[in-house]
Amino acid sequence: MIAEAGLAALWLGAALCALQLVAAVLSLSARVERSRDTFDTAPGGTSLDFARDERGLSGLIRPVAVAQAVLTALAFACLIAVFITVDLSVKLVVENDGVGRPLMYRFSGTWGNHEGSMLMWVSILAVGGAAVALIERRLEERTLIATLGGQAVIGLGFYAFLLFASNPFARLDPAAPAGQGLNPLLEDPGLAFHPPTLYIGYVGLSIAFSFAIGALVTRDVRPAFARAMRPWVLGAWIFLTIGITAGSYWAYYELGWGGWWFWDPVENASLMPWLAATALLHSVTVLATRDGLRAWTVMLAVVAFSMSMIGTFLVRSGILTSVHAFAVDPRRGSFLLALLILYIGGALALFALRVGTVREGSRFDVVSREGALVINNLLLSVILGIVLIGTLYPLVVEAFGDKISVGPPYFNATAGPLALLLLIVMAAGPMMRWRREQLGIIARRLIVPALVLIVALVAVKALHPAIGLWPLLGLAVAAGVGLASLAPLWGRNLRRTPLHTWGMVIAHFGIAVALAGMASDSAFTQERLVAARVGETMAIGPYRVTLANIAPDFGPGWTALNATLAVKRGAGAAYELHPLARTYWTQGTQTSETAIQTVLDGQLYTVLGASAGEGRWQVRLWWKPFVTLIWAGGALVAIGGVLSLLGRLLRERRNELRKAEVWA
Amino acid sequence: MKAKNQRLTLALLAVAAVIGAALLAMSALKDQAAYFYTPGDAVRDHLPPDKAIRLGGMVPKGSIQHFPDGVTIRFLVTDGQATVPVRYSGIVPALFREGSGVVADGRFDASGLFMADQILAKHDERYMPPQVAGAMHKTKSLK
Repeated sequence: MIAEAGLAALWLGAALCALQLVAAVLSLSARVERSRDTFDTAPGGTSLDFARDERGLSGLIRPVAVAQAVLTALAFACLIAVFITVDLSVKLVVENDGVGRPLMYRFSGTWGNHEGSMLMWVSILAVGGAAVALIERRLEERTLIATLGGQAVIGLGFYAFLLFASNPFARLDPAAPAGQGLNPLLEDPGLAFHPPTLYIGYVGLSIAFSFAIGALVTRDVRPAFARAMRPWVLGAWIFLTIGITAGSYWAYYELGWGGWWFWDPVENASLMPWLAATALLHSVTVLATRDGLRAWTVMLAVVAFSMSMIGTFLVRSGILTSVHAFAVDPRRGSFLLALLILYIGGALALFALRVGTVREGSRFDVVSREGALVINNLLLSVILGIVLIGTLYPLVVEAFGDKISVGPPYFNATAGPLALLLLIVMAAGPMMRWRREQLGIIARRLIVPALVLIVALVAVKALHPAIGLWPLLGLAVAAGVGLASLAPLWGRNLRRTPLHTWGMVIAHFGIAVALAGMASDSAFTQERLVAARVGETMAIGPYRVTLANIAPDFGPGWTALNATLAVKRGAGAAYELHPLARTYWTQGTQTSETAIQTVLDGQLYTVLGASAGEGRWQVRLWWKPFVTLIWAGGALVAIGGVLSLLGRLLRERRNELRKAEVWA
Repeated sequence: MKAKNQRLTLALLAVAAVIGAALLAMSALKDQAAYFYTPGDAVRDHLPPDKAIRLGGMVPKGSIQHFPDGVTIRFLVTDGQATVPVRYSGIVPALFREGSGVVADGRFDASGLFMADQILAKHDERYMPPQVAGAMHKTKSLK
């Protein structure tokens, strides 16, 4: 019953989505006609006209958007319910769930599969649209209607995809005797929050996209529009940052390879929207505060969501084979590709048609904060282009029958140097004034960070003569940029510094921190691979690790070898780590559960392998100094985003209150 | 920028950046795109030693030898046209077995031995690197 209710709710949600689109189109076209009749050139006409003529239609849109979100969220809740109760007459449940799995994995397993994750995608899209309908008051009414119309267009395509090509509620007749269980790699707390955060980020960019479409339709690309769009972009960007950081850490401890980024196409699929969103975030600020970069900002909003859709396409179409691609069904791939071409093509066509009506914004000098942000945008775009080409090129070649693989050497060699350059621009940008800055002043402000950079370079090279060029540059740039990113706080009254300035400083500092972690990991990581007997002691980094015991172990659905490693650092107290080598008897798959000891200056990462014969066991150990800075940096970036968002919203709130006082 | 056409300048800059990205990507791809090799390709192209590549193929039955150190193995990889020896020290993924596909990252040494530093067969039965899945190996799928 629950499954049918969910399907019905989903159909109703789709119907409301269609209604939302129709209402938006009708009320916009009605108003265009009327404004032609009365020569009313003010966009949207006056609010009085509104109340008289189109109260019905335009008043309908907001409630419909909310109702659509409620129904779709209900459908998603129904799917969660059939997963938690393990309804074995639902096909999806049989394939991805099982009686006796822990509650948490029955719950998060709802989106650990293709259909469920697409339903989550659509639910978040609908809820995002409803949030716009409920919260957004700054945007001009006509632009808001066009925005919700754009949101409905996106929604309809994905409803169709769900209902016709990936119905999550399909029944299985007769019901299966048992579920097949979730892919063991996904059976992890990471699944509970990594996909939802990424999806919120992806879908949040759809809102920026719809804003841009709305503003193009109503020819309303102005600072007020940018100020309305900024919090949504910022919100999406925060979630993307969290999603990528969490995903990276998840891959790091779950795969047992000691690596944190593999330039896997699926990782790139999440990185590309982030790069575009980062560029958008900065250009929307230029538009909001300085009324510059109008067309560019709109273009970036289109590009950012296009990257989200390309990401969704790459991951969901089955074109890639990875742990993220749950099932291969060519029909789905074609469907998603068609949607992709339709939306991106449509948006670009609209952009091309309307870009002429977007007037040029205000001017600025090359050496100015705008100038730095333009360079930032260009560099981000170039990195984005490089990642995009490297990700899609193998697919294109494969379409012609050849098989190639673009690996880390390509990405590191191209994106790495550009990223370092970008960081230097990031350090200098916030020191500049808007509109015009004197080169001499900037040069003087950069002296101290530059000195720190050089000192770090020399010091690291002196202490570790064998260090590679890129890790060395990375550490030095991280030191200089880290210091420079704090400069906007210099000489300021810290308590009166606005929250969004704090946000920017913390986010920029976080980038430098993450870079330091990456460089330190690639420069100083030590690795040992030993076939150890019980009782044998291995030295790694500052640690002495003794294989104290190997014992059988078991848990829900798996049996395992459980190693007891007694770990001792210098004269400190010994503690135990327990890496496991698990075998899932439901599916016969094996995973290695790493055991990681986090300390202030890094992580000890241990993996248990197979028996090495003659009573020995394979043990792999890594000592990774300061590797944690990578994710700490990511967290700082996200925190900076949150502070910035709060600061902007609070300031607006204050301004509104002040305005209200004036009027009262 | 006092020029009349600041907007045009910016547009040109953007176009230049995109072209620059494409050129950079293409030049790097020319070096790196041939990252994936089957043994046949590798032998035919006379790969220089120490070039980082990804080698994919089948592991013939009976070819895996375990070294006495307990962590090093030696095996053969073949694509039907050529067969190359591979050496690997590390924890072997569960899916790695004789008679099945393998993808390994590493480099050839001067003697033609492939020194693998990573064996890619993710620990999941449903996962198979596309090059292997497509060309030489039908994955057993649950679906």
